Amino acid sequence: MRASDLLHLAAESLFRARLRSVMMLIAMSIGVAAVVVLTSLGEGARRYVTGEFQALGTDLLIVLPGRSETTGVQPGLFAGETPRDLTLDDARALLRVPGIERIAPLVVGSAPVSSAGLTREVPVIGSTADFYYVRKLSMGQGRFLPPGELDRDMAVCVLGTKVASELFPQRPAVGSSVRIGDRRFRVIGVLGESGRAVGFDLQELVIIPVSSAQQIFNTESLFRILVQASDHDAIPRTRLTVLETIKSRHQGEEDVTVITQDAVLATFNRIFTALTLTLAGIASISLAVAGILIMNVMLVAVSQRTAEVGLLKALGARGRQITALFLAEAVLLSVAGALAGLVVGYAANALIGRLYPVLPVGAPAWAVVLALVIAVASGVVFGLMPARRAAKLDPVVALAGRR
Amino acid sequence: MIELRSIDRHFQVGDQLVRALDGVTLTIADGEYVSIMGPSGSGKSTLLNVIGLLDRPTAGQYVLDGRETTDLDDDALADVRARRIGFIFQSFHLVPRLTAFENVELPMVLAGHAPAARRARTEEVLAALSLTDRAHHRPAQLSGGQRQRVAIARAMVMRPTVLLADEPTGNLDHVSGAEVLAALESLNAGGISLIVVTHDDEVAARSRRQIRMRDGRVVHDAPTPGAAG
Ligand SMILES: Nc1ncnc2c1ncn2[C@@H]1O[C@H](COP(=O)(O)OP(=O)(O)O)[C@@H](O)[C@H]1O
Ligand SMILES: [Mg+2]
Repeated sequence: MRASDLLHLAAESLFRARLRSVMMLIAMSIGVAAVVVLTSLGEGARRYVTGEFQALGTDLLIVLPGRSETTGVQPGLFAGETPRDLTLDDARALLRVPGIERIAPLVVGSAPVSSAGLTREVPVIGSTADFYYVRKLSMGQGRFLPPGELDRDMAVCVLGTKVASELFPQRPAVGSSVRIGDRRFRVIGVLGESGRAVGFDLQELVIIPVSSAQQIFNTESLFRILVQASDHDAIPRTRLTVLETIKSRHQGEEDVTVITQDAVLATFNRIFTALTLTLAGIASISLAVAGILIMNVMLVAVSQRTAEVGLLKALGARGRQITALFLAEAVLLSVAGALAGLVVGYAANALIGRLYPVLPVGAPAWAVVLALVIAVASGVVFGLMPARRAAKLDPVVALAGRR
Repeated sequence: MIELRSIDRHFQVGDQLVRALDGVTLTIADGEYVSIMGPSGSGKSTLLNVIGLLDRPTAGQYVLDGRETTDLDDDALADVRARRIGFIFQSFHLVPRLTAFENVELPMVLAGHAPAARRARTEEVLAALSLTDRAHHRPAQLSGGQRQRVAIARAMVMRPTVLLADEPTGNLDHVSGAEVLAALESLNAGGISLIVVTHDDEVAARSRRQIRMRDGRVVHDAPTPGAAG
């Protein structure tokens, strides 16, 4: 039998059994669409997060107190060993390290911020003028913290737009003053929209000089130190120098962790790739279910067409031809279902892209290939058993319609 | 030339052995017109299935055109069926979703013939059976007599040497039955061996050789009285 005739005959019987064909088509296309959409979401999340990190600049080093065995985000502590705090002196020492362009020590806490009877509890970040550059911030109004000595305690602050509009609904924030904790600060600026601070909502925070924050939160220690290297290629070397510098200041103990943006990026990449794989796996289950449905429907088809199988044998069809005919039906269905699923999946992606423009959805090529391969393979695998069963029928019994 | 020697075809049904064919010895020369009669369950269909290589005998020898068939494998049997045997059934056995043309073409499709050759030959046999104007009808749109003639066209399309018809007029009224029989006989006149299982004495009377069966045995085998040749 010619391949074109095989396909034609298979297509004809699918077309004649329209309802069952459409049901199987739907099942298969849901499976494929699920793989496409779910992996697109996973991939979109990955691209979104890595995009956010990349926007921060890849020439960033983050110094955290406590030693971590891995380059994980949270340093794990050794049992019973309290890490030495990071201090402003450590930060100052880093300023003298070659290859370092900017330093932004951070103190982070939450405090009530009030003005004229309005009070909001917001995250407060203590840092320096360089924070503006390191985090690529922008100003909506006024200016950022002025440059100066790290320990210069100035009563000035910069507000996020939301904080500003909530505390100063009527009058301009810049030039007014707010209470943070039990101290008064003059508002010198309101942040603009751009810039990134992973873990914080830029619209909803208050930035004050680092030493002021240390006083408000009554602490000597720093939450972390952001270090911007002058040269991306020199980051591994700079990282070692930073470690050495702090170690020598901490009586030779390596009790800080220095993570690079690249390492964070790699970690997130791993996490989101794993997530996407998991989603693909879950979606693939629906493909397998569709395959089992195909097997069921093909078994019914074979038993309904027993007499036809007997006839084909009487006309001189070999067993393999009968197998091929039924298998071609299953495979045609799964291919058509897979293609329909791709269309549905990409349409759903386009819709998601419209609804959530920030999420860069896009099915990874491997997932599309995987979905198609699984769809067609399940057509073959699950179609084979019914097709074989048809081929094995005794022609005399089959012709007699004895099932 | 069909040569059956001591053919048995036994079925084990539960603990009972059914001797559907019990020591059948029979020779049918090329171009013969044979009718097979006998009560229901006497083994007529089984005999036809064995001759048509659709069923294997339990014992005995079957030589078709000088070739022993009992040692052929399933694929070889299928190939012999495709080239030499044409089946016609009481219930037509047309594929309902295919048109008359496609049904007739089917054996050539299975045999892998080229579309152009198929078309020419299919149109030829359809014309020979006066079905040209019904070529693109589906079986459901055809009368019983037309359906059986489509089945005959399909049996003929591969130019077989033997036509096996199992009660071909059993489902037809008298007029269409006569038409179908006339079609079969004209093919026989063209040189094809024709073997017809029938319950109808009139049909049997038109054949040139009559075989009667009972309980799996041939109990009568003689030329039709008064038949020429
Ligand atoms: N596949 C089968 N399994 C069991 N018994 C069968 C089978 N085919 C035929 N028989 C039995 O063999 C005998 C002959 O059947 P068959 O050739 O169909 O008779 P006829 O065509 O003369 O009516 C019957 O008793 C029938 O029940
Ligand atoms: Mg019978």
